Amino acid sequence: MSEMPEIFRVLAFVGGIMALVGLNAAFSVWLERKVAGHIQRRIGPKEVGPFGIIQSLADGIKLMSKQLVVPAKADPILYRLAPALTMITAVMVFVVIPFGPALVAVDLNIGLLLVFAIASVNVLALLMGGWGSNNKYAVISATRAVSQNVAYEVPMLITVVSVVMITGTMNLNTIVGQQQNLLQWYIFPWNGSILLPVAFLIFFVCAMAETNRAPFDLGEAESELVAGFHTEYGGMGFGLFFLGEYGHVFVGCALASILFLGGWQCPLGILPGVHWLLIKTYLLVFVVMWIRWTYPRTTLYGLLNLSWKVLVPFSLAVLVVTAAMLKVF
Amino acid sequence: MSGYFKEIYDGCKSLVVGLGITFKYMIRPVVTLQYPRQAVKMAPRYRGHIDLVPDAESGNKCIACGMCQRNCPSGCITLKSEKPEGAKKKVLTGYRLDFTKCSLCGLCVESCPTDALDFSKEYNLAGFKAEDFVFDLLKRCEERRR
Ligand code: SF4
Ligand code: SF4
Repeated sequence: MSEMPEIFRVLAFVGGIMALVGLNAAFSVWLERKVAGHIQRRIGPKEVGPFGIIQSLADGIKLMSKQLVVPAKADPILYRLAPALTMITAVMVFVVIPFGPALVAVDLNIGLLLVFAIASVNVLALLMGGWGSNNKYAVISATRAVSQNVAYEVPMLITVVSVVMITGTMNLNTIVGQQQNLLQWYIFPWNGSILLPVAFLIFFVCAMAETNRAPFDLGEAESELVAGFHTEYGGMGFGLFFLGEYGHVFVGCALASILFLGGWQCPLGILPGVHWLLIKTYLLVFVVMWIRWTYPRTTLYGLLNLSWKVLVPFSLAVLVVTAAMLKVF
Repeated sequence: MSGYFKEIYDGCKSLVVGLGITFKYMIRPVVTLQYPRQAVKMAPRYRGHIDLVPDAESGNKCIACGMCQRNCPSGCITLKSEKPEGAKKKVLTGYRLDFTKCSLCGLCVESCPTDALDFSKEYNLAGFKAEDFVFDLLKRCEERRR
């Protein structure tokens, strides 16, 4: 793609990424409802389009046609900015995600760092939305989301550091390039550190918690906090939060598959390409949904205990063991 | 310390078991029906409102004895009958059921000497007025016979 003039390249990627975020949300919502349905032995959406696949599109049109009501005494700027910010962070992290050997918007050599730097701004958006909407439930939910994100960012970054020590680079495309076939995937313990499977588990759990997915969805606990930080949002304000949430879920799963499962590389080393990344990512997205519809929501203490008492010590152990093994071998 | 690791191990195991259960449910066939297009077949002992049983020869088997009307604890049933000139038996000319008061006790069905009454399998009942639930069973019976 490098022969193209820069401006076309930028436009193509911006359009592509926006389309991907939108389509991903539509597809994820549909998949989520189907998974939920079949786990509860229902059918799920089936009326609009074959297998109900256009249902999310219809829902999207409905959301877009609704009026955005700003509640009285809400902070008008924060209230309007929050959904846009969560969407912007979701779109921006896609910039460095390598979809294929040459299909990456910006091949940054600190790509991994950029993803975490931007993705953690998302929690600010939740805080702004909760604070700005002048609703006690929204504020409670926003503070919960912040404490949860802080708690899970720590073990997540520690495990990522151990992976970076093995790969020796933060360029996501190079990391994928190092995992040519199934045996070289960084999920397997023979590729540098005996604790890599544990690292993958910790990363996955943290990614789920970072994106406020069940069983860590304390920020949106419907049974206690109405709808959490987006209680006061209707129409497309709510829609943007939704798009952003599924965008972040996609990014979390894509990152897990890039770091540990070989990204766009084929397990057998043939025909690498964007389809492999999508297959792996959506498999992980499916697991996230499967988990959501299996487990009940944790308590706030359970959530913080899991992070500080289990994930942080384990991720430190991964770090130490990885460093020792890299030194010795 | 060993308690710490045991707790983690047990926790992880229970989580995996839970995932296994939901996965098994996910691949099992669905049990719900898409209602307006599909409907459950009513169980044989389902009690809808009562209905006159259609009869091939005489239309219905009712001999207008009035047992059902007398036995009904809620007074839902109003019979009309007449004895045509020269005929031996009475003939049923009207059978009105006020379903708003019926408790589906089944006394009318049980007391009928000729088994002319039965429970229908009707469950799609919704209306805006109480009068929607006053049925002319004789007319229904004629319609069903056709
Ligand atoms: S079922 Fe009972 S209440 Fe209903 S009409 Fe028959 S006797 Fe009356
Ligand atoms: S008891 Fe039976 S036969 Fe007698 S009037 Fe009622 S329906 Fe007719």
